[in-house]
Amino acid sequence: MNKAEFTQQLTNSLAGLSQYDINRSVDYYTEMIDDRVEDGMTEEDAVAALGSIDEIRSKILEEVPITKIVKEKMTPKRSFGAGEIVLLVLGAPLWIPLLLAGIVVILAIYISFWSIIFSLYVADLSVFISGLAGLIIAAIKPGGPFGALFYAGCGIALIGVAILLFFGFNQVTKGLLYISKMIILGIKKLFVGGGKNET
Amino acid sequence: MENQMKRGLLDVCVLAAIKSEDSYGYQIVKDMSPFVEISESTLYPILRRLENQQLLTVRTAEHNGRLRKYYHITASGLERLKAFEEEWKELKQIYEFVTREEKHE
Repeated sequence: MNKAEFTQQLTNSLAGLSQYDINRSVDYYTEMIDDRVEDGMTEEDAVAALGSIDEIRSKILEEVPITKIVKEKMTPKRSFGAGEIVLLVLGAPLWIPLLLAGIVVILAIYISFWSIIFSLYVADLSVFISGLAGLIIAAIKPGGPFGALFYAGCGIALIGVAILLFFGFNQVTKGLLYISKMIILGIKKLFVGGGKNET
Repeated sequence: MENQMKRGLLDVCVLAAIKSEDSYGYQIVKDMSPFVEISESTLYPILRRLENQQLLTVRTAEHNGRLRKYYHITASGLERLKAFEEEWKELKQIYEFVTREEKHE
């Protein structure tokens, strides 16, 4: 791929962002290619060194807030005609719920991920408290020497499990946060460059 | 390394790369690469972020008949570097403590 092809593909893949954002990104990558060429690389090698278009697009989208992307997509590029305004008003019962649904879906993704994480730690805490309860019962109402031993053993075991689970859940949380980040990036990609892209 | 930690460190590295004189994208990558692995596409969002946080400013200058963007560190950028050095002193002591304990055994 040469520089002109690269620039064209990058511009296409960013369609949907503001013109300002597109120009800045394209300028930046063009400058990188020019500098590499000046450093003695061929144009093709310089383009190849930058990585795939899709990778570049992901990196660019990382720093653009999702609200800005959606807003850009929603804002008309020209002023509305009278007929369109009438249509917008008449269509309000249709598009307003759709827009709200979209917002709610994104919100729901966040909430559900955080609820899962929250419930994991609540479950862990309850195991830990059960363990403590076992120890307390062993101390105040043992019901014979074997009863005390039994309760204390269970209590210590449960506390151990709670501690192990805590570290396990930390890893799960990390994974979940990564997944939610990827989903948000995926949604951003749906808005920019028409979803799919040739690289 | 932890992703979040590395991200913060890369920000500081980029600021350090333009600390003594203004620099441009490709030069920053070249200056950093012996120490930290960074690609142009990783650098791009960092530069945008630092600019939004007003830790650096951008100016366009002509170079060999084309335009090139030069990045200049701001006063807040320098402050950020200072703050990093202070934090690092503390971390360094922790590091020394941790490694010394290991040697004892």
